Amino acid sequence: MTDAVIRVEGIGKRYRVGQRQSYRALRDVLAGAFRRNGKRAPTDFIWAVRDVSFEVKQGEVVGLIGRNGAGKSTLLKLLARITRPTVGHAELHGRIGSLLEVGTGFHPELTGRENIFLSGAILGMSKQEILRKFDEIVAFSEVERFIDTPLKHYSSGMGMRLAFAVAAHLEPEILLVDEVLSVGDAAFQKKCLGKMGEVAKAGRTIIFVSHNVTAVTRLCSRCILLQAGVTLASGATHDVMSTYLRSELATSATREWSLADAPGDSVVRLRAVRVRKLDGTVSETFDIRQPVGIDVVFDVLEGGKELTPNLHVFDQQGVNVFISHDVDPNWRRRPRPEGRYISTAWIPGNFLPEGYFVVGAAITTMAPQNIRLYERDAVAFQVVDSTEGDSARGDYAGHLPGVVRPLLRWETSYEASPIEAERALQ
Amino acid sequence: MNAANTTAVVTEPPVLRIAPPHGWWEVDFHELWQFRELIYFFVWRDIKVRYKQTTIGAAWAILQPALAMIVFALFFGKLAHMPTEGLPILVFYYSGLLPWMYFSNSLTNATSTIVQNQNIITKVYFPRLALPISAVLSGLLDFAIGCLLLVPLMVVYRVRPGLPLLLLPVFLLLTVLMAAGAGLWLSAMNAIYRDVRYVVPFLVQFWLFASPVAYASSIVPAKWRWLYGLNPMAGIIEGFRWSLTGRGDPPGPMIIVSVAVVLVVLASGLFYFQKMESTVADVV
Repeated sequence: MTDAVIRVEGIGKRYRVGQRQSYRALRDVLAGAFRRNGKRAPTDFIWAVRDVSFEVKQGEVVGLIGRNGAGKSTLLKLLARITRPTVGHAELHGRIGSLLEVGTGFHPELTGRENIFLSGAILGMSKQEILRKFDEIVAFSEVERFIDTPLKHYSSGMGMRLAFAVAAHLEPEILLVDEVLSVGDAAFQKKCLGKMGEVAKAGRTIIFVSHNVTAVTRLCSRCILLQAGVTLASGATHDVMSTYLRSELATSATREWSLADAPGDSVVRLRAVRVRKLDGTVSETFDIRQPVGIDVVFDVLEGGKELTPNLHVFDQQGVNVFISHDVDPNWRRRPRPEGRYISTAWIPGNFLPEGYFVVGAAITTMAPQNIRLYERDAVAFQVVDSTEGDSARGDYAGHLPGVVRPLLRWETSYEASPIEAERALQ
Repeated sequence: MNAANTTAVVTEPPVLRIAPPHGWWEVDFHELWQFRELIYFFVWRDIKVRYKQTTIGAAWAILQPALAMIVFALFFGKLAHMPTEGLPILVFYYSGLLPWMYFSNSLTNATSTIVQNQNIITKVYFPRLALPISAVLSGLLDFAIGCLLLVPLMVVYRVRPGLPLLLLPVFLLLTVLMAAGAGLWLSAMNAIYRDVRYVVPFLVQFWLFASPVAYASSIVPAKWRWLYGLNPMAGIIEGFRWSLTGRGDPPGPMIIVSVAVVLVVLASGLFYFQKMESTVADVV
């Protein structure tokens, strides 16, 4: 008997296309039954999840990632028994708690106290359990004063805190969490994340669906990447994340637009963004010591305006590393004549750390300030480090965090005598 | 399920198998029993919300049948001279209206319960049967409150129940089962075909006049009464009134037919509902 707490084998879920689109009316169905001209449209099917298999051991925190529509939520719903699979099966050992939304079961007419009981019961807690944890829940939610007021009088923040307080005290062996962290303000999200971490440490098995790369990287030891309903990758978080980002940034090092779909307005249009090496070749990978050149190619259709290209560089966590705009005195504050421009920015070598970077390109007018175009995620590139010893990492082989990795100039001065003199004094 | 030994409280964690729907009968009564607390909470919620939303609150449970009783008594009883089995008019109508109101309210509540609760159905698992069941059970409180008027009415008009009163719980149970059966059908249908709930008021109105609420079933010639029993509410209302007051038809062919219909409706309702259950989260 393995200690696999969750075992999924070949599970799949098929939907009829258009199943959710409009509700059927009995009237139409009956009318259709009398119309015998056989106007039955062929039913199209779509597999939201297809042939997914995996095992989860007790205490593991597994992240389920993928872009929207990949099937993550459907898979979670299948495991939460909200919908039945079309094929395949799964086995789950232990009580299941599903946190697919904050505030499940809350009713605005009932008081906070009453809603705690209702929501707790719906989420699977017994009345005993709720009674036992009641005070803790109220304390966690910080709404003691209003616990006996109807929920409809709560602010949205209070409601969310109360809802999360109930959910946070669920103690199932298996917890299924879907993007709950994407609601609420920053303080709330931090609290949620903290609580999730606690739950994980307590040895519960968690399956966590999220787009929040930071959260997933921090909480999950393992990840499963879904794409169009199928498993694309499964394994250690770091590796799967790389695969995810690589497939997400199917954005490559070059992006071009035809005049028809070029971003911009009547004055300026973005035609291309390219990442290239010193020698001019377009590349997706750069040695950490080498400079990275980013070309912004744009057409000015209407002359006479001052235009400034800028670059927004983000790392793989979504953190903004820097924004740079052209302050070259040649074109600064100078109205641009019509024509095609190629503005190139050079990111110096030994500046960025290893990893993936996504570049957004924008063109703005400074005075009056007007963002004429901003193309997020225009291009992407990765930076790899060398072990030859002449990058900032030197001889260190481990993981080096940091948003930037400059090769700084260190100065050392040396004197042998002061120490001996101090020792002599003592 | 092996019993836990006396020293440790550790029990085997429940194993859950998830598989596609298979077979034609998958109603899990055992699981429904495990979720009985949730059913209680649903009933509690429905009652609380209903009473919080009306200013007169619990009084509505008496006012609704009482007002109907007055109207019926006036127009059907006094003016149209419908036979009332020798019972004082008010008692006759109230004793019929009480179970009827419970039934029709349960139908209305049950029809929309799945759709109204779509926000929890799509987020948490629980046996969906819990919803129409709680809709049917929550009406019982109103029924009990309505009974409060029944007692003084009977005392004032000196209607004394006899031995048949022992069968009253049976007829009450039949009312609940019928409400459950019809409720299951309607709630399942409404989840799939959204216009069903607009049909229900007409259905209920039509059904009211087809049932011996406004009149006694004695107006139906004896040899046809069993056919009349195909309307399950005919047998139920008549039986309810008989067990309460001792007047009217004792259980006979009509009531027997009605009981059979109730069981058929309930069984088929369960079947249809659980067939719909596996897809409800996808369409609701």
